[in-house]
Amino acid sequence: ESNLGRRKEGGKEEKGVARVGNMSSVGTGYDLSASTFSPDGRVFQINYALKAVENSSTSVALRVKDGVILGAEKLVISKMISPESGRRVHMVDHGIGVAISGFVADARQLVARCQEEAFSYRDIFGSTIPVRVLAQRMANYMQVYTLYSYVRPFGASILIAGVDEENHQPQVFQVEPTGITVGCFGAAIGKGRQSAKTEMEKLDLANLTCEEAVKELAKIIHTIHDDIKDKNFILELGWVSPQSNYKYERVPRELVAQAEKAAKEALGDLSDMEEEDI
Amino acid sequence: RGGWGGMAGQAQAVSTGTTIVAVAFDGGVVLGADSRVSTGTYVSNRASDKITPLGGQAFLCRSGSAADTEAISDYVRHFVRQHEGELQEDPDVATVARMAMSINYQNKDRLMGAMIVAGWDAHEGGQVWSLPIGGTLVRTPWAIDGSGSTYIWGFLDSEYREGMTEAETVEFVKTAVALAMARDGSSGGVIRTVTVTAEGSKRGLFTGKSIPQFQDELPEPAWVR
Repeated sequence: ESNLGRRKEGGKEEKGVARVGNMSSVGTGYDLSASTFSPDGRVFQINYALKAVENSSTSVALRVKDGVILGAEKLVISKMISPESGRRVHMVDHGIGVAISGFVADARQLVARCQEEAFSYRDIFGSTIPVRVLAQRMANYMQVYTLYSYVRPFGASILIAGVDEENHQPQVFQVEPTGITVGCFGAAIGKGRQSAKTEMEKLDLANLTCEEAVKELAKIIHTIHDDIKDKNFILELGWVSPQSNYKYERVPRELVAQAEKAAKEALGDLSDMEEEDI
Repeated sequence: RGGWGGMAGQAQAVSTGTTIVAVAFDGGVVLGADSRVSTGTYVSNRASDKITPLGGQAFLCRSGSAADTEAISDYVRHFVRQHEGELQEDPDVATVARMAMSINYQNKDRLMGAMIVAGWDAHEGGQVWSLPIGGTLVRTPWAIDGSGSTYIWGFLDSEYREGMTEAETVEFVKTAVALAMARDGSSGGVIRTVTVTAEGSKRGLFTGKSIPQFQDELPEPAWVR
């Protein structure tokens, strides 16, 4: 039998997967192109693309009673960079916004594609593209890049959030490099997604208003931000809410400032408690 | 050589030389049309159906070139069906009307179709959309088109009221088509109607005696039973 892809370490034998020290698993031989399956039914290039997203800064989206909120943790790598630059939350069409995590360059292409799809839908059908239709089109688009050896999958995930024109129904969809899209009440992507999801699950999203949700989202992002490993960050927030007439807009500065202040106070209280324990 | 349209040796395109009417009421629309299809003076079909379903709860009234409007309706039905697949629900009447309009507009140099798209959807209720030749799209409370429509503009202008019931609207549409059929040589045959509401669509057919007659019509001979 061929030894290709087999490695024994500590008695654990897995075909196609090698563990090299403390590094994450590597698919020996079956991971060189997206057109190759591994013997255990994986396409490793897709897994690696997901890793790229997992290692990037966090984005979160919430679907609440009367609208949707999008938020991103934009890490500040240098004080010389203009804070307005490197946007993570974009407008796709009147009532739809998109937040990105992963390779920013790949994600920008996805945002451009979202805008093209929305524009062409409006051109042909005369109305705003329903959020679920946009999400499915983007998923189908991303899936194509998982088929061939001469391209690589997108190293980015996107959160599409909007309020459908017809029935004022808020919708949030997560689209991944795998080509899957899933509709969510709360979605998080990037390095802090697990903590973010834990925080989101504590909320009664169906009964939150957009104004309340802005504060909650600010708190979530401040909570999951890793002060030690990462430097400063800027909180980018966008929404589609009754206050914005169901158009996608950046959340007004005063509201963002209030929300951040409340978030820091809440976290400040927590760290006070920790000191008392000591 | 005698013949078709009196123009020796020159064939006339098959035209729907028609009367088509659509009127919206609170809760739906009523579409109506005559049934005559003519090639010159020859009536090639005296009982045709000029009201075509397009998909969802939208219907098309066709006038102008029969071939053009049939081809347009086939294309629209095809694209509506594709759109339904992506949307996973019935498209709005406005969307269907827009798709028909874009075919008219993009091919305006080659087509001669004057149409009305009308129907019901949950978003806007009963709607009537005019699609004259050239690719205009405009929503109106009522619309008429075809050669016979020239004789009934005054009737609709003066007799249309908002807030009619479904039954009143059906009578109104029937009367309008009958008046046009009485004066337009290219309109005649039977009156077909389609009523579209939240509950769906119903077809009506009015022949012979059930077509309204007006004061200058000859009375039926006594010997007719």
